[in-house]
Amino acid sequence: MTPTRVSKHHDDDHDHGAHQEPGFLGFVKRWVFTTNHKDIGTLYLTIAMVNFLLAGAMALLIRSELFLPGHRLIAPDFFNTMTTMHGLIMVFGVVMPVFVGLANWQIPMMLGAPDMALPRLNNWSFWLLPFAFTILLSTFFISGSAPNYGWTFYAPLSTKYGPPSTDFMIFAIHIMGMSSILGSINIIATILNMRAPGMKLMQMPMFVWTWLITAFLLLAIMPVLAGTVTMMLTDRHFGTSFFDAAGGGDPILFQHLFWFFGHPEVYVLILPAFGVISEILPTFSRKKLFGYHFMVYATAAIAFLSYIVWVHHMFTAGVPIQAALIFMYSTMLIAVPTGIKIFNWVATIFKGSITFETPMLFAIAFLFMFTLGGFSGLMLAIVPADYQYQDTYFVVAHFHYVLVPGAIFSAIAAVYYWIPKWTGHMYNETLGKLHFWLSTISLNITFFPMHFLGLAGMPRRIPDYALQFTDFNQIATVGAFIFGFSHLIFLYNIIQTVRGKGKKATKRVWEGAHGFEWTLPSPPPYHSFLTPPVFVEEASSHEAWDVSDHHEK
Amino acid sequence: MKNDFQFLREKKQRRLVIALTSFVLMMFGFGYAMVPLYNVLCKQLGINGKTSGRVVLDDTGIDESRVITVQFLATTNAYIPWEFRPRLRTVRMHPGENKAVAYFARNNTDHEMTVQAIPSVTPSGAAKYLKKTECFCFTQQKMKGQEEMDWPLLFHIDKNVPKNIHTITLAYTLFDVTKSHAQVIESNQGHL
Repeated sequence: MTPTRVSKHHDDDHDHGAHQEPGFLGFVKRWVFTTNHKDIGTLYLTIAMVNFLLAGAMALLIRSELFLPGHRLIAPDFFNTMTTMHGLIMVFGVVMPVFVGLANWQIPMMLGAPDMALPRLNNWSFWLLPFAFTILLSTFFISGSAPNYGWTFYAPLSTKYGPPSTDFMIFAIHIMGMSSILGSINIIATILNMRAPGMKLMQMPMFVWTWLITAFLLLAIMPVLAGTVTMMLTDRHFGTSFFDAAGGGDPILFQHLFWFFGHPEVYVLILPAFGVISEILPTFSRKKLFGYHFMVYATAAIAFLSYIVWVHHMFTAGVPIQAALIFMYSTMLIAVPTGIKIFNWVATIFKGSITFETPMLFAIAFLFMFTLGGFSGLMLAIVPADYQYQDTYFVVAHFHYVLVPGAIFSAIAAVYYWIPKWTGHMYNETLGKLHFWLSTISLNITFFPMHFLGLAGMPRRIPDYALQFTDFNQIATVGAFIFGFSHLIFLYNIIQTVRGKGKKATKRVWEGAHGFEWTLPSPPPYHSFLTPPVFVEEASSHEAWDVSDHHEK
Repeated sequence: MKNDFQFLREKKQRRLVIALTSFVLMMFGFGYAMVPLYNVLCKQLGINGKTSGRVVLDDTGIDESRVITVQFLATTNAYIPWEFRPRLRTVRMHPGENKAVAYFARNNTDHEMTVQAIPSVTPSGAAKYLKKTECFCFTQQKMKGQEEMDWPLLFHIDKNVPKNIHTITLAYTLFDVTKSHAQVIESNQGHL
């Protein structure tokens, strides 16, 4: 399948920027009342960046405490609040909003639509988030400690023994969940109803496909999480006993409910990342994506399988042996569609004429390091091995390898890839490459030793450790600081690009880029496509791809 | 001015949003439906070590070819200053044989407290074969300050118990249910 997208005409006369009244009030009104998909996308990306720096600072506090054994820097309870909030904010405040932000910017442009299907809903789903995170962060100022039971907030730690601030966390999660659900409904409505005439579902860009599947995942799991935290709330205050053994409840039930949400959730975090990588690799390899149909089916298969593997998080919580076996095999089965995706990506770049611009560097790093994280995941799936590995730093190494070079790197790659389109200016390539090498090397310095620490038996979520773990912990801490500060280069690069410091970007930006968004000028008009472009499909069109606007280079 | 195309699209849009919203509500309900579903599944498969409720005395005969060791354990949940222990540590019995044992409980505080004992059977596969005719765990137990008592337990082991089970451990944990949950949380703050 090789689509050639030809924009019939784009009438630049209709183009206008955001309507903004003068002064500070005008500025606030523009951003608070905006229903424009690009503005809302920018807001999502901004809140993700702010949260990223915040939760990253928490990670650095954790690593500082772990630089030496013994209690040195922060109190144990504060350490626990740091691990909890780092996890909660990174998952709900960074990775989820960043991909919703990318979806807002890109999906209407990729489909040839003027905007999202439900613009006012879009505004609301974003503006719920600042309130949710204000509530979540306010727990630091509530007496009796912020949430301190890990991001999984297992009962009874979060019910019977939870600090009073737990209720604030519960409501923050309710609001975040509402935001995700509204955002997902909007994305599904946009994808199903707003495609350019002639574009069939199986002709959509991969990023749009992965988001369609992700949105359905979110619609199915966020209500379950909302139900779970509501049960926590009633257990805490209204005398129910869903998770309290004394009243006939069962704390294990909490784990089932949480991971029924939690496992599909990790695919919510990674599927849009797969979509981004599937856009970037073909562009810089100057080839079309290998096995498009299989990529779509593999994504759907991963989404389906994600619902029937949740018990692998609970092998040591007391699971009958038959159930453990079933969930072990179903977990390992996920490696098949994931393997299809990895091999298809490799086949995409195979024999391509590759150039190594910053987005491509991050995409290739994704390919290697996400696979590494997948392999340690397979090790954890083995029931007897999991008895040994669970709750050690091996688990920490595993999920950081899939989330940092997986989700975070692909989000960074996406920003580098699309920011020339968004702003009309190229980012600083030298700084981009410096950011890439610093972060990639320091990431491995940080997380690779954690494999060894875990195999040697260092438990996670503990502020202190035995003396023999000191060396690897010190290496990890040094790496973490380099990794954390390398993102200031990224931030600087973004700000400079937004301020228009780089050279002007062309329409197509990248030589090998294809899709509706590259037929719009850079930066694109405020309402992307006022007249739907015509989608034309051609059987073999490597040449046809390049003819449309080469002359403007 | 709306043309036919836009009108059709809006109609389609509304139907889609209604369908998706009902799906969300359904999944919220599904979360709650997991609770009874989980309990029924655990009970039917006997997989989380919980014993079932009251059964009638077994008088269909004793399988004397087998002997099963039953061990008794007792623990109190945190913050309950009670003494709680089985009178007998172990009994050896045949499947089908009715046994009566007792747990000793003493309220070491000076005020009246209500407690609930929660059973747990190991191996969990044995849970549905351990049948109780009478148990102090069937109801909440109220005792005055400094009061002590022997609590009865009358049970038998089903003759269909799998051949590989030779030892069954029955553990009881005592939970304080005197106060409402909110009060418990408050009183625990100091310890956290």
